[in-house]
Amino acid sequence: MDSLQLLLDGFATAATPINLVLALIGVTVGTAVGVLPGIGPAMTVALLLPITYGLEPTGAMIMLAGILYGGMYGGSTNSILLNTPGESSSVVTAIEGNLMAKSGRAAQALATAAIGSFVAGTIGTLLVVFTAPVMTKFAISMGAPEYFAVILLAFICVTAVLGASRIRGFAALMIGLAIGLIGIDSTSGQSRLSFGIPQLGDGIDVVVVAVGIFALGEALWVAAHLRRKAAEVIPVGQPFMGKRDFQRSWKPWLRGTALGFPFGAVPAGGAEIPTFLSYILEKRLTKHPEEFGRGAIEGVAGPEAANNASAAGTFVPMLSLGLPTNATAAVMLAALTSYGIQPGPLLLQRETALVWGLLASLFIANTLLVVLNLPLAPLWAKLLRIPRPYLYAGILFFAAMGAYAVNGSPFDLILLLGLGLIGFGMRRFGIPVLPLIVGVIMGPLIELQGRRALQLASGSPRGLLGGVEVATGQFSLSLLACTVYVIIAIVLVWPLIYPLIKRQLPTPHIDAPTRQPTKTGGDNT
Amino acid sequence: MSSALAAAGESRRPLAEFIPSAFLALLGIILLVDAGTLSNNRTGVDPLGPRPAPILVGAISLVLAIALAVAVYRGDRAEAESGEDVDLSSSMDLKTVLLLIGVFLANIVLIDLLGWVISGGLLFYGSALALGSRHLIRDLCIAAALSLSTFYGFAIGLGVNLPAGILQGIL
Repeated sequence: MDSLQLLLDGFATAATPINLVLALIGVTVGTAVGVLPGIGPAMTVALLLPITYGLEPTGAMIMLAGILYGGMYGGSTNSILLNTPGESSSVVTAIEGNLMAKSGRAAQALATAAIGSFVAGTIGTLLVVFTAPVMTKFAISMGAPEYFAVILLAFICVTAVLGASRIRGFAALMIGLAIGLIGIDSTSGQSRLSFGIPQLGDGIDVVVVAVGIFALGEALWVAAHLRRKAAEVIPVGQPFMGKRDFQRSWKPWLRGTALGFPFGAVPAGGAEIPTFLSYILEKRLTKHPEEFGRGAIEGVAGPEAANNASAAGTFVPMLSLGLPTNATAAVMLAALTSYGIQPGPLLLQRETALVWGLLASLFIANTLLVVLNLPLAPLWAKLLRIPRPYLYAGILFFAAMGAYAVNGSPFDLILLLGLGLIGFGMRRFGIPVLPLIVGVIMGPLIELQGRRALQLASGSPRGLLGGVEVATGQFSLSLLACTVYVIIAIVLVWPLIYPLIKRQLPTPHIDAPTRQPTKTGGDNT
Repeated sequence: MSSALAAAGESRRPLAEFIPSAFLALLGIILLVDAGTLSNNRTGVDPLGPRPAPILVGAISLVLAIALAVAVYRGDRAEAESGEDVDLSSSMDLKTVLLLIGVFLANIVLIDLLGWVISGGLLFYGSALALGSRHLIRDLCIAAALSLSTFYGFAIGLGVNLPAGILQGIL
């Protein structure tokens, strides 16, 4: 089959000594940074982006993929051993994982998380290998009106589906779009929002936006609220699993993967929903219900697999459509664009070596993770004790380094500071960050496609609904575009119908363990 | 998680909650004013021109600003973000934040002059101290080690763009 041949070629690319070393470095550094408290996978990738600057694109993407997977594994180590979990997708792992750790079974928890990540990551990547080319063939048939509609759908999903507040989600999107508008408009040559400052003429680099909003914003926010007493770290030896633990884990691994992958592949699906669903599912199916709430291994195995499968799933829209479905994918796309590579449906065709090398290297990174990090877990656990002043000073240090290195100009540092303050404000006022990043990356794209669609229809608005045959001048309605608009309408109307359905479903909190685990609260005894 | 935050939220000054709306409104106005400075050349190739996008974003921002203000007025408070190291039950430590901003600004001013090694090292040192570290000498050593190793590793090793400043030629 065509894909398999390409994948084998990809392995040839990924297995070159230098790319192997890059994957290794990526995985190791990613885990180390991911373990650190307060740093989620998105921030990990954003902060470590400058390391990849000197590399050529394939190597850089391989390293970033390693950083991503390493960052996720580090995050789960963190949530199991630390009293208070940080990243929202690790919250569920922490419920049972931390309880296992407290009852002396940290090693098993870490082992099931690691192996589950490996299983989910491998299966997930295989699914990517087979679905991405299919999606790409489909995507190539998309013209400007279809592309416009799909990006609009992504916008709506990312803002309207997010839990907290749709107004705030839309607000974040607007801020992101505004940032994306800064610079010279390529079609007309006019300069927008640059206020006469020449450095703004080229627009703001997405990396600066990502590092500013994620890293600097987070550091400033934590600085304002730094917990005076450090959270309690549970000591652990080498991770290992007994046979019974394994028998109890393997089905949750598979179920978690099945849940996580689709959610990762869909805009705004994310990792929170599948991890929660996996937890509920495992709790229903377990043969040891009395253990839930005291450290049940299924409660770690399933959600961890879901988390990783979701991460693999994000590669599908990212590689085939150029659409980021979570913050980390957004940062990786930003890295691609900074190399001058245009993400989108043609990526698979234009950059065959890069994409398949990347996919092959995902398998390698996955394997490296399990092989390396199982023995090294006690070492990573020590990182959890890092004094907080060093941690956040380090974040500021690397953020400044990364931002300066983009253009070699202190002006980017000023931008970074401004964006950091915006990030700070967003965290203070509960405004979600993902719509902003999506707006920055996809804003210019949707404008381009919209203008192109209208141009193809000679300025008529129905250009957004379909295409005009060049030869005959005949207008034909695009089925895809119309379908997408209908979906958008449904998504917008959904919150009005949802409360009616909600009464039928049980809420996660009712099924939560009987003994309240400490999550973020002051119960730090 | 929510109960602690809700309690903390009640005690916040209500006026501060309107800051996002004010920011959005300002953003909208800036976008609309800037769009006004553009000349909308519409051609066959470009039937829309550069103006519609900023006008649209600006208009929506203004609408959202009002909608958000109304929601906040009616009592809608969003949760401030929590995390492992974040303790939301105490009030904001603005002094530390301002110190960090100050240290960061110092780096901006000094980086091209003194080079990354000195300026970045000072950034780390100042930040660590601002965040409460008391080991004055040890932090200085760590800062120097970090800035030197990153300079050698990234700037010289990988060709990343970091200035040498007054240490040009010495390194």
